[in-house]
Amino acid sequence: MSILEIKGVSKTFPGANGGTVALQATDLSVQENDFITILGPSGCGKSTLLRMVAGLDAPTAGTIELDGRPVSGPGADRGMVFQSYTLFPWLTVLQNVCFGLREKGMREADQQALARQFIAKVGLEGFESHFPKQLSGGMQQRTALARALANNPRILLMDEPFGALDHQTRELMQELLESIWEAERKTVLFVTHDIDEAIFMANRVVVMTARPGRIKCDLPVPIGHPRHYSVKTKPVFSDLKARLTEEIRIEVQRAGGLLVAAA
Amino acid sequence: MKPLTQVNPPARLALGISFFIVFFLVWAAATLGGFVSKTFLADPITMVRSGYDLLVNQGFMNDIGMTVWRVLGGFALAAVLAVPLGVLMGAYKPVEAFFEPFVSFARYLPASAFIPLLILWAGIGEAQKLAVIFIGSFFQVVLMIAVSVGNTRRDLVEAAYTLGAGDRGIVTRVLLPSSAPEIAETLRMVLGWAWTYVIVAELIGASSGIGHMITDSQALLATDQIIFGIIVIGLIGLVTDFAFKAFNRKLFPWAQLGR
Repeated sequence: MSILEIKGVSKTFPGANGGTVALQATDLSVQENDFITILGPSGCGKSTLLRMVAGLDAPTAGTIELDGRPVSGPGADRGMVFQSYTLFPWLTVLQNVCFGLREKGMREADQQALARQFIAKVGLEGFESHFPKQLSGGMQQRTALARALANNPRILLMDEPFGALDHQTRELMQELLESIWEAERKTVLFVTHDIDEAIFMANRVVVMTARPGRIKCDLPVPIGHPRHYSVKTKPVFSDLKARLTEEIRIEVQRAGGLLVAAA
Repeated sequence: MKPLTQVNPPARLALGISFFIVFFLVWAAATLGGFVSKTFLADPITMVRSGYDLLVNQGFMNDIGMTVWRVLGGFALAAVLAVPLGVLMGAYKPVEAFFEPFVSFARYLPASAFIPLLILWAGIGEAQKLAVIFIGSFFQVVLMIAVSVGNTRRDLVEAAYTLGAGDRGIVTRVLLPSSAPEIAETLRMVLGWAWTYVIVAELIGASSGIGHMITDSQALLATDQIIFGIIVIGLIGLVTDFAFKAFNRKLFPWAQLGR
C-alpha cells in the first residue's frame, strides 16, 4: 500500500534569469515498510525533495500526499534526521528524545518511559543526562534517530544523516539503523551520495541526475533481510554497486562540466 | 609566549592582581614622591584615610545604598519591559519591522542629554534618576536581544517543526532557551553601562548618592574623596559583574560546554 505519493513535484529557487531549477517534475511512490535511498551527486536536488516531503520547503509545482492528505507544512507524522547535529544543546539526551512527546501532550512519566526505550534501542543507556556537546558525533546522531523514532512518525526522512561522521562510525551507524529497521519496519526515505550506504540500507535505490535533478532510475535491491555487513562483499552487492557507480559517475561528470555531449 | 595559548588559573589571577599593584605603586610614587601637586591628585594613603572617614563619619554607606538601588531599580524596570519586546521582535519579523527603526534611532539618543528634560518632567527625585537609567538601558537591551533571538540556528527550528512543534512551541521551547544565555550576557553588559548613567544622573540635581558625594567633593577640591568614590564604583561594578557571570554559568551549564 502506498503511503507517500509525490506527483509532478518540481522546485525552482528564485533568482536572476528565472531562477535555479533544483528539481524537475518528479514522481515517486513510497510503499508501506519501504526503505528507499535516494542517491545522487551533490546539488542534484535530493535534499530539496526530502525537505519538501518534510514540509520545510514548498514545491513550485506538483503535490505531495501522505496517506492521501496533501502535505502543506511540517508535522510530527514525518520525522526527520538531519545531516547537521540538530539536538537541542540546552536539553539532555533524555529531554531531547522527549521533545516531540511533550509536544503531543503525553504525561511526563510516559514520555520518559518511552524515551528510555528508544535510547536503549540506539545503545545509549547511561547517557540520558548528558548534554549533546558531551557526546561524539555518532552518539548525537543516534540520539537524533531515537528522538525521531520515539515520535512514531508515519515515515522517517533522513537527509545524509551519517554524512558528517568518519567512515568506521558511519558503517556502524548503518548496521544499527538496519537492525532497527528490521525490528520496526518503519517506512524510510533516506538521502545519500554514498553508493555502499545506498545499497546496504535500501530495498529500492532511486538514482537522481545532476542539476536540474530528476529521477534517472529506480532499482530494487535483491538482497534479503536480515543483512549482515559481510553482504557488502557478495557478488549481488558488487554487481549493483558497479551499475550504480556507472550511473552516478556520468552524473558527477556532467555536474562538473567534464562531459560535453551530455546523454 | 605562544599566541592564543592558555595560562593556568593561578598564574592568571597572579597576573591580574599584579597590575593593580603596579598601578598603585606608580600612583604612590607620583604623589608621595612629590611629582604631582596634592591639589590635583591625592596620594593613596590620604585617599584610604578619607575613605574611612567618609564611610564611618559622613554616612557614605547611605550614598552607596542609594546609588545601588537606583541602578538596580532603573535597570530592572528596563529589563522587565525590554526582554519581552526584544524576544517578540526577534521572533516575529513584522513586529521587528515596526519597532526596529525607531529603537535603532532611540538607542543613539544620549541618556545624559535627557537629564535637563527629565528634571523638568519628573523633578529631581528618584523618578528622574530611574528614568535616566531606563532610557540608557532599555533600547540597547531591546536591540541586542532581538538580534540574539533572530540568530537562533535555523536547523534547530526546523528540527522542532518536524517533531510536531507549533509556532508557539518554537518561540517558547526553541527560540527562548537557545538565546537565554546570550540574553543573560546582554543584561550583564548593559548593567555595566547603567553604572555610568547613574553617576551622571547624580552629578546633576541630586541630594544623595556616590555622584552627589563626588560633586560635593569637587567644591572642596577634595581629590582624595573623589578618587575614593570612583574606586568604590569600580569595585561594586567588578563584584556585580563577577556575581552575574557566576550566576549565568550556574544557570546555563550547557552553554559552557565545548568552549
